[in-house]
Formats: sequence, C-alpha cells, structure tokens
Amino acid sequence: MDSTETFTQRAFLPPFANYQLDIAYDEMFTPEGQPRPNYQYLHQLLLELPATELRQRQHAADITFLNQGITFTVYGGSDGTERIFPYDLLPRIITSDEWATIEKGLTQRIIALNLFLKDIYHEAHILNDKIVPKALVYSCRYFRREMMGLRVPNDIYVSIAGIDLIRLSDGQFVVLEDNLRVPSGVSYMLANRQVMKHVFPRLFSRYDIRPIDHYGQALLATLRSLAPPNCTDPTIALLTPGVFNSAYFEHTFLARQMGIELVEGRDLLIHNNIVYMRTTGGLKRVDVIYRRIDDDFVDPLAFRPDSTLGVAGLLNAYRCGNVSLANAIGTGIADDKALYAYVPAIIRYYLKEDPILQNVETYLLTDKSQRNYVLEHLGELVVKAVGESGGYGMLIGPHSTQEQREQFRKRILVEPRNYIAQPTLSFSRAPCFLDGQVEPRHVDLRPYILYGKQVTIVPGGLTRVALRRGSLVVNSSQGGGSKDTWILYD
Amino acid sequence: MLSRVADSLYWMSRYLERAEHTARLLDVNLHQMLDQTPESANQRWERLLASLRIPSPKEGTNDVYSITRLLIFDAANSASIVACILAARENARQVREQLSSEMWEQLNRLFLQVKRTSMDESWRREPHEFFKSVKEGVHLLQGITDTTMSHDEGWQFIQIGRFLERANSTATLLDNHFNTIGQLDYLSWIGLLKSCTAFEAYCKVYTADIRPEYVAEFLLLDVTFPHSIHFSVDIMQNELKAISRRTNARDAFRAERLAGRLQAALDYGQVDEIMASNLHLFLENIRQQCAQIHTAIHEIFIAYPADSALDS
Repeated sequence: MDSTETFTQRAFLPPFANYQLDIAYDEMFTPEGQPRPNYQYLHQLLLELPATELRQRQHAADITFLNQGITFTVYGGSDGTERIFPYDLLPRIITSDEWATIEKGLTQRIIALNLFLKDIYHEAHILNDKIVPKALVYSCRYFRREMMGLRVPNDIYVSIAGIDLIRLSDGQFVVLEDNLRVPSGVSYMLANRQVMKHVFPRLFSRYDIRPIDHYGQALLATLRSLAPPNCTDPTIALLTPGVFNSAYFEHTFLARQMGIELVEGRDLLIHNNIVYMRTTGGLKRVDVIYRRIDDDFVDPLAFRPDSTLGVAGLLNAYRCGNVSLANAIGTGIADDKALYAYVPAIIRYYLKEDPILQNVETYLLTDKSQRNYVLEHLGELVVKAVGESGGYGMLIGPHSTQEQREQFRKRILVEPRNYIAQPTLSFSRAPCFLDGQVEPRHVDLRPYILYGKQVTIVPGGLTRVALRRGSLVVNSSQGGGSKDTWILYD
Repeated sequence: MLSRVADSLYWMSRYLERAEHTARLLDVNLHQMLDQTPESANQRWERLLASLRIPSPKEGTNDVYSITRLLIFDAANSASIVACILAARENARQVREQLSSEMWEQLNRLFLQVKRTSMDESWRREPHEFFKSVKEGVHLLQGITDTTMSHDEGWQFIQIGRFLERANSTATLLDNHFNTIGQLDYLSWIGLLKSCTAFEAYCKVYTADIRPEYVAEFLLLDVTFPHSIHFSVDIMQNELKAISRRTNARDAFRAERLAGRLQAALDYGQVDEIMASNLHLFLENIRQQCAQIHTAIHEIFIAYPADSALDS
C-alpha cells in the first residue's frame, strides 16, 4: 500500500467531508483518521452542531472584532486601511506535555541569545573562538557599533521576543524564526481568547485551559525590572510610530492593559540627556520606554536622519543610562536569518547544553558549495531575504515561476549574504471552519517570551493560519488569519 | 496626561457635539418645512446654513435634497454629520488607550453605522430615522463616557470640548434667529427651542407663552438647562478650575480667568438690558470669548514652549 492511499482511504462525515489528510502532521487527526485525545470533544461537537449555528458564531466573532476595532493596517492599499485580522472559530489545542517542551526550549533559547548579544557587544569571545564567523556578525545591517561596550540593565537585551515555531510531519516543534526586535501579534492572542470565551463558552468550559490574561501584568513587571539603577518607581511609556502603523491597535491595547502612557516621538523631548514627555501639567521624566519602533527610526541624530517617528538625542540619553529601552538597540543581529543557522551552536557554546528545540535546516549562501546546491534546487527550496519580515521578499520554490526563480538566482549571485534557503517544509495543519465546512490549513505558533528578572512565557501564543488552500504563508499581510490557542492543564 | 492626548479628547468631544447639533437642526427644520410655503422654506434653509456657518450653495443646488445631502454626507464640509463623526473617531483612535473599551466600541459602532448609510437610502426611509439614530448614538456615547471613565483630567477635557462647542454653536444659532424671525412667527420660535431640545423645558418655566425675550432669557441665562449658554459656561469654568488645580500648569489661571469673566457676564446679565442694548453684540462677544478660551487652553496645556517648561 503506498502512502497516498493510506491518507485518502477513509471518508469523513460532514462537516469534514472535504477534509483530506496528507503528509503534513494533522493537529486534529492521527494519520489513521482518528481524532487525537485532546481534540476529541471538539470533533464530537463539530459533528453534532448544525453548520448554521457554527456560521452564526463565526459571524458573531467577526462583528465583535469589527465593533471593537481590532484591526490592522494594510500598507499600500488606497482605501486606507483598517482590516480585521481574519479569525478562525476553531481553537488550536496543545497538550501540557507538548507545551512543557516548548517552554523549556524557548527559555533555553532566549537565555542563550541574550548571552550572545552581551558577548558580541563586549569581548566577542564567540567570534574569537570561531564558533560564529566574524564576517557574518559585522556584515549584518542590524549590528549596531553604537552598542559596543555599553552595559544594559541586568545584561538583558531582548526582554520581549516572539519566536515562530512550526510542527513537522513527525509531530516535533522546531524553530522557524526568532523575532527579537519588535515582535507583534500578542494583542491578537489576547483578543482571540476574549472573543472565543464570548462566542463559544460551552466549548471553552469543557476543556481545562491555562489562562493568558495576565500577560499585561507580566509585561509590566518585565519593563519595571529594566528601570535604571536608583529609580524605584519608574515612569514607563510605550513608544508607537502612531496611528498609521499596522500594529497601532496592539500598541493602544498594551498601553491600556498596563496602564502606561502611549507616546509618539512628538510627545517626547530630550534635555541634558534626560527624556521628558509633554503633559498638560508640564514636562515629566520618562525612565523606561517600551519602543515599538525599529532601531533605524528611534533617533534621527544617531540613525536615519529622515525619521520623524523617533526622538532626537534618545541614543545619547540611553548611553548615559538615564533611560532604558526594551528591547535594547541592536538586537536585530541575533534574529538575522543567516545567524539563525548558528543558534544551536550558540546554545551549546554558552550553556553547554543541547538545544531542546531544533532549527530548520538552513543553507547559507555565502558558502560556495551550499550556494551551488541551492541554485541547482531553487524549485524545491524556500529562499528568504535575511532582512525582511512579514512574508515579504520570499521565494517558495514549488509555487514559483521560472521567471521568479531567475530573479532570485540573479539576486543571490549579487548579494549572497542577503539570502538564506531552507527546504520547503510541510508544517502541520489544523482544522479550520471555512464556508460551512471544516478543512485543514497550515498553521504556525508564535509564543511570546518575556525576560525581566526571570523568563516568563504566558501559556499560549498566536496561532497563525494560512487560510488559502495549500498556502504556506501565514502572515496577515499575505492572507493569513489566526486562531485561539489553548494550552491544557495536565 | 499627555498634551496630545488632552488635545485629541477635547476635539473628539467637540466633533461629537457638532454632529449632534447638525443632526438636531436638520431634523427640526425638515419637520417644520412640512408646514410652510416655498418662500419661507427658502428663508429657513438660508438661516439653517448660516447657523452652521456654511456658505449658501450655488443656485440649483439649494433644494431640500441637496442641502440635506450637503449637511449629512459631504465629507468636505466640516459641519456635515459624516465629517464630524469621522473626525471624532480619528481623534479617538489616536488616544484609544485612554478611552474605556465601551466608549470606543460605541463610537466605532456609530461610525460604522453612519458610514454604511447612503443618502438615497436614508431619504427613502425618512431621514428622521437617521437623525434620531445619530442623536441617540451620541447620547449613548455620552452616557457611557460618564459611567465608564474616571472623572479625571481626560474626562474634564471632554467636558470642556463638549460645552465650549455647545456655547459657541448656541450663540451662533440664537444670533441668526433673532436677526431674521418676526415677533409673531411662533413656528420659527418653537423651531429654535426644539433645535436646542428646549421646547418642553421652556414650557415648564414660561408655559406655552412664546415670546422672543423669554426665549432669549431661557437659552442664554438659565442655569439649570443643559443646552443654555450659561449652563455650558458654568461647566467649562468648573472643569477648567479642576484641571488647573490638578496639573499646576504655568499660567493656568489665565484660562480660568477668561472663563470666569464670561461666566460673570452671564451670572449678572439681565435679559431686558441685553435686548435693549444689542443682543447681536452680546452674542458676538460670547463667541469671541469662547475663541479666546480655546486659544488659552491650547497655549497653556497643549502647545506650550518647552523652554519655559524646563525653567520651572
């Protein structure tokens, strides 16, 4: 019996009639077509509930998102604009054992990456020991020489991370991408949970789900722990690029959850290397800034001079230790897509441990033999630009045209350091409620990691879904949606 | 509170008050038009446009349908209902974390509802329904604001925006009516009262005896009716006092003093004297003082020079 037969032999009952298993790991069904234990009740419920009722609940959820204005901004559209982030009604359910591994693995990874950042901005032992090539670090456009020799509070550079995981055919979670600069999406994790409780309380109450509502407090505690020395009651502000940023909703949401001021660059000014915000009662000193603006834009005097989003003089105030930034400047070197290939070695180097979560196999195009292999196999691989995010600047080999492959071949030959390649992975699929049917779609998982006095990972994350059939791209800007993500108690 | 935030709350509130005002004026006038001859209808529209400080449109576009569309849907016209609600929401969006979730949700709902409506549809289904939904939407939002938001600085700026806008637009409205309505044109006087939701409240004080000087007295000087100018100025003065105490801003007394001066003029004003000397000048003066208060608030709390703030 060949493998395709195994996957198609079993016919499912409605609303699963269109549900096809393939080589990708299915979150709900075993390869034999049996529901996994954690999905059993949901499966049963879907068989029993009439499709109209599911539709009503989906509709209620969409209306809630729209009325609450839980939206993101689409760049480049002319209609200006705000869209709701498509929400799939069916939760993604993760067992406590699976979560335990993820939690340990992420904790290990974030600690190692912070040690790495401290090292390369100080003595650079790891470069001298030739574990990571010097050229790779110093050629990275996110490496900030302004940070050399600067001590940051508690030696923590990355206080807030969102690390993207995917699940391979064997059920194992692996790291796809580290987001260590200004990761977004956590507000959708929280909003999805609220909406789920609202529209599907019966389903919710049947499971023992670990709560995530304390994320705001945990984030606030993390930011407080970064306060400059001698500052016992820090004034904390969230710095947003403003209302036109795609994640503006999230900025307002987090500021309110934490009860801190949401400021824009124009609300701040710097005098004698001290940061002030402009209030109705005069100027007020700011001690910690959770900045949701990229390094390039935070200070027009230090970085891009044409930026109007940041504050002139912020870097100097930061270097004087009068204000703390989360995340620190220059963390982008650690989530460079080429450096990613070295993270397992980084973990071994600093922690003397084996990585708990594996990497995806990655080809570095600066290496001649790897590059030649990639150029010969462009049709099978995924090529990514190292400095891009949001699903832009990607070639997905099996879905590409000859012309696109030629374009990437040329670009790779011109700037090999700018690209990496990975095998096209068949990452896991989860059931989604689409147009009255339940069908599988590819999903990833982005848990949010906080690192203040200790590492805190709120049990959950954002499950992003590639809603187009067959699509592997989960980014919201590319037709992705999201699901509520449940971590179960033991 | 951040200066930018105070500014946005203030403007959000002004725009909402303006939207409600336009909706109420249109509603009253469309309704009263049913009882009138074409000539008086023309005069009515001109008065309505002048009361909203909108220049009269060109010949041929001054029929009821066109004017109604201008006042509801023309986004380029800053007094139109759609433009006001868009502007209010845009201001709110910039300070969203300062509003309670309930407030934001209601404002967003109002925005989506207004955006969904088309002129032809609202015309077919009687515009009254549309005006009613706008007024109710704004009232609901005000109620939600009062019950879900702390009555601290942000709320105080919201109050000032709302009542400054109200004092100013009521003064404009009175001025245009007292200029153009004949002593015995009861229908128009009732229209004026209804435009301020004041007809029933007026009758409780003066009975249905409609006289211009009573109308002026009620809308200018009554201390208990929420749409009178006196009432609006009292609130402004109170909230300004509270804000200056709370913030200790430099120069805060300047705004307070301006509001106090206006308040005194209304406290001690006599309607017969005002009418005998010059009502138009009196109202013009109120408008100017509102503009001065607005400027003072901006200079003291919002756009003060950073140098002077660092010295203190």
